[in-house]
Amino acid sequence: MSQKIDLDHGRFRQIIRGKIKQNLRKYISQGEMIAKKGKDTVSIPLPSVDIPHFKHGDKQQGGVGQGEGDVGDSLGQDGEEQPGAGEAGDRPGDHLLDIEISIQELAEIMGEELELPRIQPKGTEKIVAWKDKYSGIRTTGPESLRHFRRTYKQAIRRQIAMGTYDPKNPVIVPIKDDKRYRSWKKEPLPQSNAVIIYMMDVSGSMGDEQKEIVRIESFWIDTWLTSQYHGVESRFIIHDAMAKEVDRDTFFKTRESGGTMISSAYKLCAKMIADEYPSELWNIYPFHFSDGDNWSVDDTHTCVELLKKEVLPFVNLFAYGQVESPYGSGQFIKDLTEHFDEDERVVTSEIKGKDAIMDSIKEFLGKGR
Amino acid sequence: MTIKRFPAYLRDMQEEVEGYAKNYGLDFYPILYEVLDYKTMNEVAAYGGFPTRYPHWRFGMDYEQLSKSYEWGLSKIYEMVINTNPAYAYLLEGNSLTDQKIVMAHVCAHVDFFKNNYFFSKTNRKMIDGMANHAARVRRHMERQGQDVVEDYIDVCLSLENLIDPMSAYITRTAKPRTPEQIEDEETGQVGRLRSKGYMDSFINPPEYIEAQKKKKEEEVKKARRRFPESPQRDVLAFLIEHAPLEHWQRDVLEIVRDEAYYFAPQAMTKIMNEGWASYWHSKILTEKALTAAEVIDYADANAGVLATSPGRLNPYKLGVELFRSIEERWNKGQYGKEWDECESMEQKRNWDRRTGFGANRIFEVRKLYNDITFIDEFFTLEFCVEQKFYSFGFSERSGSWEIMSRDFKKVKDQMLKQLTNRGQPVIVVEDGNFENKSELLLRHIHEGTDLDSGQARDTLRNASRVWTRPVNLLTKVEGKGKLLRCEDGNLSERSAEYL
Repeated sequence: MSQKIDLDHGRFRQIIRGKIKQNLRKYISQGEMIAKKGKDTVSIPLPSVDIPHFKHGDKQQGGVGQGEGDVGDSLGQDGEEQPGAGEAGDRPGDHLLDIEISIQELAEIMGEELELPRIQPKGTEKIVAWKDKYSGIRTTGPESLRHFRRTYKQAIRRQIAMGTYDPKNPVIVPIKDDKRYRSWKKEPLPQSNAVIIYMMDVSGSMGDEQKEIVRIESFWIDTWLTSQYHGVESRFIIHDAMAKEVDRDTFFKTRESGGTMISSAYKLCAKMIADEYPSELWNIYPFHFSDGDNWSVDDTHTCVELLKKEVLPFVNLFAYGQVESPYGSGQFIKDLTEHFDEDERVVTSEIKGKDAIMDSIKEFLGKGR
Repeated sequence: MTIKRFPAYLRDMQEEVEGYAKNYGLDFYPILYEVLDYKTMNEVAAYGGFPTRYPHWRFGMDYEQLSKSYEWGLSKIYEMVINTNPAYAYLLEGNSLTDQKIVMAHVCAHVDFFKNNYFFSKTNRKMIDGMANHAARVRRHMERQGQDVVEDYIDVCLSLENLIDPMSAYITRTAKPRTPEQIEDEETGQVGRLRSKGYMDSFINPPEYIEAQKKKKEEEVKKARRRFPESPQRDVLAFLIEHAPLEHWQRDVLEIVRDEAYYFAPQAMTKIMNEGWASYWHSKILTEKALTAAEVIDYADANAGVLATSPGRLNPYKLGVELFRSIEERWNKGQYGKEWDECESMEQKRNWDRRTGFGANRIFEVRKLYNDITFIDEFFTLEFCVEQKFYSFGFSERSGSWEIMSRDFKKVKDQMLKQLTNRGQPVIVVEDGNFENKSELLLRHIHEGTDLDSGQARDTLRNASRVWTRPVNLLTKVEGKGKLLRCEDGNLSERSAEYL
């Protein structure tokens, strides 16, 4: 019977998967699931999984309750927790079902839907660390690792077998053969071997909407790359005319004014790679988001040089996403295309609005690098 | 699944509790207990108590929700009991012995209720086998038609599962078949003549009048013959089974869904009474007989949990048990009958005690003959309403929240009865099986003040049209205006229409 519910449960999960896949574009552009991200799972509000029935609308219906309170008193503030109408004493059927799904599974669904190729990581073997884990028992070892309980258990077993155990006078003396020691095994410790370096233009021309797009897009990029590597590190760089490294929260919240010098960010990125991420061990993914409005032609020139010499040789992929903004000229993407059109390590994508996020993800990750 | 053998100490406990119950006059089928771990308990609960149900994803969904809410500590199923003979009941492994004792007393009363309440008199007491047969049939169809096809069709049928006529088992809906003479009369259009002498006949029964009557009658007969069904039919599922152009397996699936809906209907019709009755007896048996001094606190804690009320939620356990207690007290003190009803003085009523002592008798009678609606209608009195602090609530557009609307007795009671009518489901009937002479189906929502949930109604209508295979129309009212929803080939349209 335990098999039976597993089958039905499996069917249910399959249906859920199908629904998510169907609505993936919506979820991606709305970003509503990002808010509900847990440690390894996301919860997704799914509409109409349940079977529809003819039933009464909620709001006209009302109900009966029992207890203290005056006419006009509100029944609890929490908007979600609506009082039960409908069947006496029962909660109304919820319209939205919160489904929990692992990030791994979500990535798979996204991969299937966007037809993303799997990435061939480089240098996996070298980076794996080994860790000792005490998981076994053996008969020899140092006294410091003696397993007291198991040793005495063995001793009492032997004494009973030999007939020397007397329940009235339970004296147990372990001999050498009884002794048991903890032993260890070496286990591979998954260690991150991929790093995503997010860079974002926070100059005055990048508004909240633009940042929201970056936030949503980076969530999905994280999700996908995390599913492809054992562990993924994320680093965040913001820049206007100067660049600095920040944590995730600051990255999405900061708003600076002032001009834009993209080269400052690329410089910092190049330094980070050179200092911390040797390219033979690491899969490196710099993503840069901007509205494409650079300070000067000279600076753009510096950028191109930096990319050519100090960034591109070491990375798997360099991605540039240009978010449309009412203030930006959007020139930078043209400059990049001009210089790197032939180079398949560089991907550029113009993101016109939230609806375009999905296509842009596909452009970024569709190369399988 | 792990079925734990029923341990001896629980068997002793069962014997003890059932002994008390029988002495109180409870009359139940033999009860077979099984102890389940919480996973298996959730599994069985997801299947509605029947581990032998047909395969369907919805059970998997329920299972996931139950498991989650158990793991998060939100809810816990203490007990489950199935209406069969012998009755099966499940105990949760790891419950304290006091809990198990409460559950056993509770279950005795449930089974007594199943056995004796009139509304369970028509149910199949071998439903475990019934469900297993259904499952075997569904599996066979799945093997032939493909799992996806059948499962998808089950979805469609389940969407219509509440369109049954739960009272039809107890009453006769269709009029008596007409006698051959009546039919002949109708068909030949005979019109009753008044008796008269020959020479007066043309004055007393003027030929023009007779002719006109004849025509009128013929017209009526014609109309009636064209009407299909002859009168609106509440058992929509039965109508579909009989008249929709279904393949054999589809009809079978629909029949299964309908069968199971009818099996579960009486439980929805007697929820308050059934839970009230069980709570009444567990507290009586435990406090008067079965509890040891050491268990009192644990008992009180568990019992308070069962009977707790929270704002905006009607607890059927609490309402039921208080009503049964109130009935017992009233019939013990003689607070009923003409004199009581006509008494105006609250003072007098409060001290009314005729020492009639019919309480125990009366509650047994009530548990035999009533269902939730008649139970509330008859015994939910003004005094009871005030004493138990009932109120009605509704959604206030002004403040955007749910508010207490009234403590007025009549309003509260009306609201409660409205909620219980047709198990809280809207009444939908088949009005016309040949709507506008295009073999379309016309359903009518008997509007009783509450609109349908329009999103759900649309999806459901879509499913109905898949069964009927021709367009299906639904006549309803939205915000006071008549509306005709129509689904043709999965496309929905809507127009205003007269709702008569």
